[in-house]
Amino acid sequence: MAKITLDNLAHSYLKQPKSDDDWALKELNHDWADGEAYALLGSSGCGKSTLLNIISGLLRPSRGRILFDGRDVTDAPTAERNIAQVFQFPVVYDTMSVGENLAFPLKNRGADPKYIAERVNAIAAMIGMEDQLRRKARGLTADAKQKISLGRGMVREDVNALLFDEPLTVIDPHMKWELRTQLKQLHHDFGHTMIYVTHDQTEALTFADKVVVMYDGRVVQIGTPQELFERPAHTFVGFFIGSPGMNLFDAQVSGATATVQGVAVPLGDSYAPVAGQVQIGVRPEFVRLHAGGEGLPARITRVEDVGRHKIVRLDVGGTAANAILDEGTPVPAGADRVSFDAEAINVYADDWRVAPQSLQGRAA
Amino acid sequence: MNKTVNQKAWFLVLPVLILVGFSAVIPLMTVVNYSVQDTFGNNVFFWAGLDWFRDMLESERMWNALGRQLVFSSIILAIEVPLGIFVALNMPKKGFWASFCLVLMSLPLLIPWNVVGTIWQIFGRVDIGLLGYVLAKLGVNYNYTQNVIDAWATVIIMDVWHWTSLVALLAYAGLQSIPDAYYQAAKIDQASRWKVFRFIELPKMAGVLMIAILLRFMDSFMIYTEPFVVTGGGPGNATTFLSIDLVKMALGQFDLGPAAAFSLMYFLVILLISWVFYTVMTNLDKRDGV
Repeated sequence: MAKITLDNLAHSYLKQPKSDDDWALKELNHDWADGEAYALLGSSGCGKSTLLNIISGLLRPSRGRILFDGRDVTDAPTAERNIAQVFQFPVVYDTMSVGENLAFPLKNRGADPKYIAERVNAIAAMIGMEDQLRRKARGLTADAKQKISLGRGMVREDVNALLFDEPLTVIDPHMKWELRTQLKQLHHDFGHTMIYVTHDQTEALTFADKVVVMYDGRVVQIGTPQELFERPAHTFVGFFIGSPGMNLFDAQVSGATATVQGVAVPLGDSYAPVAGQVQIGVRPEFVRLHAGGEGLPARITRVEDVGRHKIVRLDVGGTAANAILDEGTPVPAGADRVSFDAEAINVYADDWRVAPQSLQGRAA
Repeated sequence: MNKTVNQKAWFLVLPVLILVGFSAVIPLMTVVNYSVQDTFGNNVFFWAGLDWFRDMLESERMWNALGRQLVFSSIILAIEVPLGIFVALNMPKKGFWASFCLVLMSLPLLIPWNVVGTIWQIFGRVDIGLLGYVLAKLGVNYNYTQNVIDAWATVIIMDVWHWTSLVALLAYAGLQSIPDAYYQAAKIDQASRWKVFRFIELPKMAGVLMIAILLRFMDSFMIYTEPFVVTGGGPGNATTFLSIDLVKMALGQFDLGPAAAFSLMYFLVILLISWVFYTVMTNLDKRDGV
């Protein structure tokens, strides 16, 4: 187990990257604390897998260093880093039995046969394949194969970190929950540093202590699930996390008031003059619907009842927006105005969150 | 479901039946016809029963040719399959050099068989051939027209030169289909190069290798043109393989009856060995699955 430090790390798949867009991974400084469970969340192609492969040593970064417990391993081969990684699609050794597959990483390191047998049995129990240990891996379902891949990742106890690259994509939903719970349990029991790459926010939020959100090759926010929900540092975080995502409106902000489409919207705090393209963001949970009175004129385009709550699709002066109503709350009759909970409004300039004045000087 | 019975449907199958009849069944049947009859010329035939088959089975000449053929095919497979895999493993995976290698590898496959034979026939000549001349200059006593070992070596090297590409290309196709994740996982699992080959590459190539082995076996077992052009089956009968012997018998000596019996047995042997190959290999495959 180790603390993993990324020092000015950047990567481009091109030999001579010119513009900013040529970098698959933009400059990044970060410490992955020893023993924490991280989720690396982002849409496809945002550089998640690139980052993971750099950590495991399958890819050499174009720039910067990577350190394990302070030791520079930038040029160390994968074997030396002692990392376990599970890939998106199942990798099993077809000609080996399930048990041999699980034992493979241990055997390659010359572990004691008794210890190997012990570990293989423990892991088989964890992935629910005790009774199939002697079966050949070929011809198993994708599900079962991925469980073997996961098992092979977990069989070594002394790894510096466990990396998961969207490992549950091919597993059916019921088993997903179970395996994720087991992974959490494993983390709880052994305290491995875990990095879990996913584009599924539920998976990220339920698995990790800290979620790292990536967008366009950049880490845009690192925080607990609650922080990501309440104070998205970037409009992408607001939009990507939550279902539906955060509503954004173009606005002018002065002091504690934002002006949206000519209507004054009170803010929870006051802001220094903000430059750039200014927007306010508010999550659908904090959008109130009412007939007449204060607020922005809005038109309801659709109401979706998803069981636990209702999603109301709105057209607010040409901007699409959403509101969430509790299951029991009816949509107010003749609703034509929306207002927002002032405390829940975030202000963005050029997509990045602006800290309110009371917090100026402190990290937002 | 109610099935409509319409016997006229048979007419739709008829063209195929006729085609297969003329292209395969009738020619084969003429061979069968010759194999059970004897003739003293003038197109007069009389019944000989299974005599020719008995003769052939007792003929030392045929057994010798079969023996040579089996040795030849075994050597060919033993060299070309590992060599082909080795070449495939060392070919570039992508980029300009990958295409370059592919073209280079395909070249020998595009050369007509008797041209290959002619190339090597000249190449190996001691008086004017590059190989033969150089060897002679180096003091190696090489002469494929007189020395049995030299003749065999020449024929085998020629076949390896001509056909290893096929195995290599098939193996290469198999290798290309392995996703990167397998190699990455192997690195994570700290598998050695040998284990990567043994547990990832070889199993993934198994399917195409089976085809390669089958094709190379059948082709080498039926080889005629190249050794015929180079050695003419000599020195003596040293490189007289089954096909060469068969042609000698049928066209050289005009022994139609024995040659026909010989052909049929030849055909059955190829069929049998191919079937055994195929069955054994697919069964190996299935056994793994359970």
